[in-house]
Amino acid sequence: MRHSVIRSAVAVAILLCAAGIVRAQDSSEKEIERYREMISDPMSNPGYLAVDRGEALWSEKRGTKNVSLEGCDLGMGPGKLEGAFAKLPRYFADSDKVMDLEQRLLWCMQTVQGLDTKDIIARRFSGPGKPSDLEDLVAYIANKSNGMKIDIPLDNPKEQEMAAVGEALFYRRGGVNDFSCSTCHADEGKRIRLQGLPNLSKPGKQPQETMGTWPTYRVSQGALRTMQHRLWDCYRQQRWPVPEYGSDALTALTVFLQKQAAGGEINVPSIKR
Amino acid sequence: MTSTIKLTALAFLAGIAALPVAAGAQTKPKAADPALVDAYIKSTFGKASPEWQQRITPDETLKTCNAYRNDVPPAEAEAITKRELAKVVYPSDGKYLGDWKSGAKIANNGRGGQFSDPPDTVSGGNCYACHQMEQAEVSYGTLGPSLMHYGKDRKYAPEDIKAAYTKIYDSQAVFACSNMPRFGANKVLSEQQIKDLVAFLFDPESPVNK
Ligand code: HEC
Ligand code: HEC
Repeated sequence: MRHSVIRSAVAVAILLCAAGIVRAQDSSEKEIERYREMISDPMSNPGYLAVDRGEALWSEKRGTKNVSLEGCDLGMGPGKLEGAFAKLPRYFADSDKVMDLEQRLLWCMQTVQGLDTKDIIARRFSGPGKPSDLEDLVAYIANKSNGMKIDIPLDNPKEQEMAAVGEALFYRRGGVNDFSCSTCHADEGKRIRLQGLPNLSKPGKQPQETMGTWPTYRVSQGALRTMQHRLWDCYRQQRWPVPEYGSDALTALTVFLQKQAAGGEINVPSIKR
Repeated sequence: MTSTIKLTALAFLAGIAALPVAAGAQTKPKAADPALVDAYIKSTFGKASPEWQQRITPDETLKTCNAYRNDVPPAEAEAITKRELAKVVYPSDGKYLGDWKSGAKIANNGRGGQFSDPPDTVSGGNCYACHQMEQAEVSYGTLGPSLMHYGKDRKYAPEDIKAAYTKIYDSQAVFACSNMPRFGANKVLSEQQIKDLVAFLFDPESPVNK
């Protein structure tokens, strides 16, 4: 029963995304509205299976200290999840670092729970029969910011540094094809093959709609994916080397993208192609 | 007195110097120190092999393109096209046209150069990622201009054939900081593959010209 609902939901998602160019067309407004209702319906969006698993993981006692993650401070105080994702990445005084949600979760697993994260990192991207704790936790935590607006703090000098470095990285060309993020994401209405490319170089609607819809359930991969995976995949297409998971350049890019997306409403997990 | 004059002159000069940058840029926050950016890159890509590290170390041309976000002033642009043109190796037999059928396959092939590709993968040109070419192929990107009827529109002129070879070999020999890859100069495509692509664009039998 649940499966067939999911399947038809997925079919609609494929239709919508196959017409990625559809983005701006008025005639599709109604379809998009239907799609919006569907993605926020836990019965139709397979991404909510990850949310459910993440909820269980959040309160599960693990590690040498045998405690749950409820003592983890994501910026709003220990255990406080409402709105935390809307303000990430941000600077944390205890680690003296700007961290995105995934870096922060790894830090909490190590320091709060005393958990060896080697296996967790090995399973950072889920595969068939191989769930990812990080994807599930991100789905659960990000979902607790639904309806809120992206609003990352940029007062701390380290946060400002991240935003500036992220912007430089966005324009940094390299690899055998001389590509940078801006090759594919700095013009209006462009596409690569048939895939529409959001213009992320200017603050406003496109970065807002992009960043407000991650994490997302990716139909083509049959998995919930986070921004870490999206950037990993874009660096692959950019013909750059494998970026280290949860590393500073990825967080810097995320800070820059969140800055461009300021004010965008979060509605996750979404469903995408 | 003199100092105020100097100050106004300075402000005036600064205003002029800032103009070209300000025209293209939206919000111009303090740009990150290049050494700092390198340190971030090291922490994220530092485990890659030396060969891969080399690929993301910008050469003189990319250094300039990065600094100006591709919007290079005329003098810099001239230096780039001159430097890149010197890299173009023309076929020793003077023949630019290969086999268009093979060119059609290369244009459609987007493999190669990704960390997920086996190292011995023969790279394609991935031209359809950015260009419309033959009419029948509807899955084409729009980052570059349409190349449909390219040879026909140019009446198959020999100088245009050579220019296309140059463009594919090294796009920046023609247009500084072009977003198009430098396929020959970066050793993504071989001389033969480039000839086949030129034939795809210029052979009267090629579907590009139908
Ligand atoms: C060679 C092309 C290419 C390059 C280079 C590239 N991307 Fe992408 N990017 C894509 C494609 C294709 C998509 C998927 C679009 C789709 O499926 O609708 C995408 C999607 C994205 C998305 C999600 C968009 C959405 O609507 O959900 C983000 C964010 C993004 N890219 C950021 C980046 C950043 C940051 C970089 C540089 C590190 C980068 N990209 C480099 C091709 C590229
Ligand atoms: C990442 C995008 C991209 C890819 C991939 C790409 N190009 Fe281009 N190409 C461009 C852009 C942008 C231009 C226009 C700016 C310029 O002239 O550099 C262009 C221009 C050209 C021109 C000159 C058009 C004119 O105005 O006369 C030719 C010829 C061309 N490309 C051929 C190719 C071929 C053949 C391939 C594949 C081997 C290819 N391109 C791959 C982006 C691309």
